Amino acid sequence: MERYVEGASIADAKAPDGPVEERWESRRFGARLVNPTNKRRLSVIVVGTGLAGGACAATLAELGYQVTSFCYQDSPRRAHSVAAQGGINAAKNYRNDGDSVHRLFYDTVKGGDFRSRESNVHRLAQVSVEIIDQCVAQGVPFAREYGGLLDTRSFGGTQVARTFYARGQTGQQLLLGAYQAMARQIHAGRITSYPRTEMLDLVLSGGRARGVVVRDLVTGRVSTHLADAVVLATGGYGNVFHLSTNAKGCNVTATWRAHRRGALFANPCYTQIHPTCIPVSGPHQSKLTLMSESLRNDGRVWVPTRAGDDRPPNDVPEADRDYYLERMYPSFGNLVPRDIASRAAKNVCDEGRGVGPGRLGVYLDFAEAKERLGHDGVSTRYGNLFEMYERITGEDPYEVPMRIYPAVHYTMGGLWVDYDLASTIPGLFVIGEANFSDHGANRLGASALMQGLADGYFVLPNTIGDYLADGPFEPVHPRHRDVATTEHEVRERVDRLLAVRGDRTVDSFHRELGRLMWDHCGMERSEAGLRKALDRIPELREEFWQRVHVPGDGAQLNQSLERAGRVADFFELAELMCVDALHREESCGGHFRVEHQAGGEALRDDERFSYVAAWEFAGTGSPPVLHREHLDFEYVHPTTRSYT
Amino acid sequence: MKLFLRIWRQRGPDDKGRLVRYEVDDLSPDMSFLELLDVLNESLAGAGEDPVAFDHDCREGICGACGMVIDGLAHGPQRATTACQLHLRSFDDGQTVTVEPWRSRAFPLVKDLVVDRSAFDRIIEAGGYVSAPTGSAPDAHATPVPKADADEAFEAAACIGCGACVAACPNGSAMLFTAAKTSHLGLLPQGAPERYERVTAMIETHDALGFGGCTNAGACTEVCPKGIPLSTISHLNRDYLRAATGRR
Repeated sequence: MERYVEGASIADAKAPDGPVEERWESRRFGARLVNPTNKRRLSVIVVGTGLAGGACAATLAELGYQVTSFCYQDSPRRAHSVAAQGGINAAKNYRNDGDSVHRLFYDTVKGGDFRSRESNVHRLAQVSVEIIDQCVAQGVPFAREYGGLLDTRSFGGTQVARTFYARGQTGQQLLLGAYQAMARQIHAGRITSYPRTEMLDLVLSGGRARGVVVRDLVTGRVSTHLADAVVLATGGYGNVFHLSTNAKGCNVTATWRAHRRGALFANPCYTQIHPTCIPVSGPHQSKLTLMSESLRNDGRVWVPTRAGDDRPPNDVPEADRDYYLERMYPSFGNLVPRDIASRAAKNVCDEGRGVGPGRLGVYLDFAEAKERLGHDGVSTRYGNLFEMYERITGEDPYEVPMRIYPAVHYTMGGLWVDYDLASTIPGLFVIGEANFSDHGANRLGASALMQGLADGYFVLPNTIGDYLADGPFEPVHPRHRDVATTEHEVRERVDRLLAVRGDRTVDSFHRELGRLMWDHCGMERSEAGLRKALDRIPELREEFWQRVHVPGDGAQLNQSLERAGRVADFFELAELMCVDALHREESCGGHFRVEHQAGGEALRDDERFSYVAAWEFAGTGSPPVLHREHLDFEYVHPTTRSYT
Repeated sequence: MKLFLRIWRQRGPDDKGRLVRYEVDDLSPDMSFLELLDVLNESLAGAGEDPVAFDHDCREGICGACGMVIDGLAHGPQRATTACQLHLRSFDDGQTVTVEPWRSRAFPLVKDLVVDRSAFDRIIEAGGYVSAPTGSAPDAHATPVPKADADEAFEAAACIGCGACVAACPNGSAMLFTAAKTSHLGLLPQGAPERYERVTAMIETHDALGFGGCTNAGACTEVCPKGIPLSTISHLNRDYLRAATGRR
């Protein structure tokens, strides 16, 4: 059976012409403005309150638009951006170590394995500088040096120290900055905030995105909210794997529902596997915990030289240790990008040299750092991370090396957007991890926070004006057929989930799907494995709708029901991820096909695959339609990514 | 290992709650406390019963969503730990453990262990921010901040808004939460211009929402998963007094 259908190519992603460093300026000047009195009459819905959504809601409200904000958490302050640990990149060159906007641009395009857009990435590098200024003005307590100036450190995939951080809680501090900016606008009456409210569908009217159908998670009430434009800032879909570093509530529903309504979904198979997570300890595991990549600045990664060496780590003499990253990649050493470090860890474990339970782990050792910096030096830099590790494993990382293993972390795929962050549905904009945008096939460390805030504070608030300049659009009557139909479909779906009353729990399905995805669409993919997954997923999806048991009813807080709806969408997404992974006959970034490698390193095929795969929904179980957006590289010429 | 649980079950705000006994077997000491509840809930759902509702999300000790009183202590017996980072190795095999929601007038109960903490958002909305609209902010290096101030501000900024301080306080006061934010922003030059207005507005809102007053009991800081120090409250009191007397 054909797994997909070829569709028309995407002709234009709407980036301005001209030198790459002038494109953003040129777009800003070219975009139509909305005069301040008209802004008050224009309304925007922002779904999600993480770095992208929070920053965007606050900024749009400051500009004068009427903003309505939704999040499924009990407070916008809890969005999962809060858990990002390491830092945020910016081309400030405060260290005089050769950094520049151009170098950040170059590193990001190369780091993304030449599967991102030059225009977008350059804009990101330019805006990065403003982000730091903005956050400091908000009172974000970045780490400082004794002279009172900001401290920076280096991160995986780069050789300059351009990463700004707030101990190991950078995401939290940046998120609180955005949340507080939102709180100010809520107080001023310019944002209406709905926490504990989940978007379950997108309302289209006259071909435009005009609202969302939401469910109040406490009362179960389903309702529609209408506006002139809708912005999705709903994060990534790594939880399709069940075990991931995502918060338990992270899901794909908002973007998947938009995809079903016509928005293209780009590069779904690009999943970032983070190399430094705490290994799984048992079958009870509900989620994986990431240890900041910044640990690789001072920690040394190693495994025993000999397979099956069961000695405690401190009893293994230097001669019997393989510091494999330093050996294989002498110039980047432990700081190679995430995809490289993850695969290298998998390979040594596959050779039987892994450590810990099930031999699925490698050591991250701070003995040398302790000698160089002292106990206090290490604790100043990484104290909270060490504590967290000890809480979870019961082992003291000051005395015994940490054990780490790769885990699903961030998804580079997402809804397709043009240079203005507009999806293929007019009036629907997508920002942050929810879009596919700037990271290509691999995301370098400390660049997700940068992208979320760039989109939310600076890019979208400028580009959305050009769309809204045509508004206010004709009001949609709340009882209009388009609204009523969508709302009816949402209610029906909720009722259907509750009505199955089968014999399997939601979680048992989620675990089974997750395992299937990890085995066949995880760190390594093969044609045979992907075909197997594509045969099995539809069966499992059918079984879900026959056998799932959702206890309770829909008229109150029902966490099983919430999860059931999300898992149902994960099934459909999982299929698309496998189709995307199967059709991409190359290895790049977070996509590694065993058939395409050279000596264990990923083998890209630029001739055939230098494009973004943007998929159109054709119905559940029907082959999706592939639209290709060709990628041009005028400034950073594709070369084999080498970190040796 | 095996644990006996007594869990507060309450269908909704109007329901009369009660403690219900459960027995959970085949546990591993490596499990987190929330994974214990997951296991219990799987078996309840499998048996067609209503699972125990509890708030949780990141399970990394940073989002502040989870929170429950475990054996009389907010977030349980381990100090400076959220419930999601509390592991069963902190308990004895065969132990009976009592689990209850945060109890405070300002945190109405939603269901089982879930309470409504939106009062915290109202306190922040009253002034817990620096009024710095997005735009051309001054270069980040334009205002140096002494490292000691930056570090102290950071200590306070680490608050995750979980509400343990309120649950532990005999007065149901949210003073540690409020003080964490006013100290964080008040200690930095960026927050200085609004320092006194901020303190006044946040305290007024705090009181209006039904949180009690602070009597320096210190229970809040004992249970705070982020170790927010009591000195933040002194900082707040000092600023509040200065604001009230106009002696800045």
